[in-house]
Amino acid sequence: MTGSLIALAVLALVACGPYILDAYGIGLLIGAVSYTILASAWAMFSGPTRYISLATVAFYGTGAYTVAVLSEALPWPLVLVSAAVIGGVLALLVGLSTLRLAGIYFVIFSFGLAELIRQLITWFEVSVSGTLGRYIFLELEPRHVLWQLLALAAVVVLITGWIHRSRIGLALKVIGDDETVAAHAGINLARTKLILFVLSSVLITLVGAIQSPRWVYVEPGIVFNPQVSFLTVIMALLGGATKRWGPVLGAVPLFLLFEWLSARFPDHFSILLGLLFIGVVFLLPDGVLAAIEKLRKKKEARA
Amino acid sequence: MLLSTLVFGLVLGGSYALIAMGLSLQYGIARIMNLAYGEVMICAAFAAMLLFNVAGLSPLLSLVLLVPAGWAISWGIYQVMMRPLVARSGTTGRLEVDSILATFGLLFVVQGVLLVLFGGNFQSYAFLGQGVNVLGTQVALNRLIAFGLSVLIGGGLYLALTHSRWGLALRAVALSPGSAPLVGIEVNRVARAGFALGGALAVAGGVVLSMYQTFSATMGVIYTMKALVIVIMGGVGNLLGALIAGLLLGLIETFVSVYIDPGLTLAATYGLFLVILLWRPQGLFGGAK
Repeated sequence: MTGSLIALAVLALVACGPYILDAYGIGLLIGAVSYTILASAWAMFSGPTRYISLATVAFYGTGAYTVAVLSEALPWPLVLVSAAVIGGVLALLVGLSTLRLAGIYFVIFSFGLAELIRQLITWFEVSVSGTLGRYIFLELEPRHVLWQLLALAAVVVLITGWIHRSRIGLALKVIGDDETVAAHAGINLARTKLILFVLSSVLITLVGAIQSPRWVYVEPGIVFNPQVSFLTVIMALLGGATKRWGPVLGAVPLFLLFEWLSARFPDHFSILLGLLFIGVVFLLPDGVLAAIEKLRKKKEARA
Repeated sequence: MLLSTLVFGLVLGGSYALIAMGLSLQYGIARIMNLAYGEVMICAAFAAMLLFNVAGLSPLLSLVLLVPAGWAISWGIYQVMMRPLVARSGTTGRLEVDSILATFGLLFVVQGVLLVLFGGNFQSYAFLGQGVNVLGTQVALNRLIAFGLSVLIGGGLYLALTHSRWGLALRAVALSPGSAPLVGIEVNRVARAGFALGGALAVAGGVVLSMYQTFSATMGVIYTMKALVIVIMGGVGNLLGALIAGLLLGLIETFVSVYIDPGLTLAATYGLFLVILLWRPQGLFGGAK
């Protein structure tokens, strides 16, 4: 409970950022907040279930593209609702076809999902609607984007707090520890996973949608950039996907590091990213928080 | 039209089958889900192009050079990267998640190196492009050679696995890694051999494909995806299944691209995958679980 309150206070503090910072600073805040939400939403599903989702950008891009298509036809709140619904339905379809099976099927399916959606949209735009690339003209300034993202972050904080205290959180803990035990205890495995996956995917879709006015020009190749999926996974893993505040701890420092790296070494960015990723998998398999806990326990045992 | 589509589909399917067999070996024997598999393939395609353009070496000759190199490099990757993960996971089943993550990182490293070296454009080289008459349709000679190679390598491997002592050991580990040591099989060595063999097949597939297809530095992911779908379709660890499923996928893709739209081939692959997942997740040729 106190954790949630502190988090909400921090979010309120960040909301004052636009009054102090210049445009670049606000841009950094937007990036940091979006990746914090992405990593938290990713960990919400993949942390306890250990089903590695490589499809973050599939939902993120879907959100952004929904805005590009609908922004002139509908008022902004309705655009966001449509994006959430589309992301939710997509997650439901993916989840229904893969979550009943072993985790590996889900991973494989998610691996190519972004590429599939990108090619489908490209095909549709080229051969049916005849326009590849769309413009987003909305009267939303960067600070508005930031505030909406912060509101979404507050929702994420409340949802994760609720999950930790509710029956579904308990069920998830059992599933994460041992699926067979969970099934025998009467937990509906597929349904629990499905609910979590849809929830997490809707949040990711909304991040893409809210952030999209920053682009102005949108085409499938831009919004379905696989690096987004990659960054999200590495952030959540570094902080610790099973800890409540792990993703936040991973997202903020890594986002700043990546920002610096991509400016400094634009050509070698993906090589550095990959190496960092491998490093995290080998050295901190359970994340920083778990590693610190282990160290502390070792010290206590020695004392 | 129908006949030429059929021939093109079979040629493509032959290459797919070869690629998928390698992935099936790596996952079936070494239990490593290698997401960087397609990158190994694309590396081989680039290497074959370089050897052809710079040294004037025919891809048939570079195959002889590159396949052993693919074996050696995959052997090294297993030893350096995968072995510690295998040792760490023990019997906890963590290996699957860890190997997915580690090879996902490797994918970006290799892709980044290829982008720096060759840029993001599509590449190809002109090797034996003249047409030959097959059943009344014109087919480029390079496609025929590619198909012949796929049959030769795939078939040879299948025979080696089913008719030699070495193949028996590989299959034993694939079937039951827990009991293989009881009959005197060193699991670690066999798993490493399986992973290396898979890498060699990826290289063979990459070189064969580069003879008649264009390729780019970022395309590895798509081939990994296709190989994964074929492996699931044929049943994990089932080589003959992978062979048939590979041919099937090549045919379906070619028909979709000729009769519907070339932009929808990946959608066709995915549609097929979805049908398999909903209908027979154990694979087309697997028994009921």
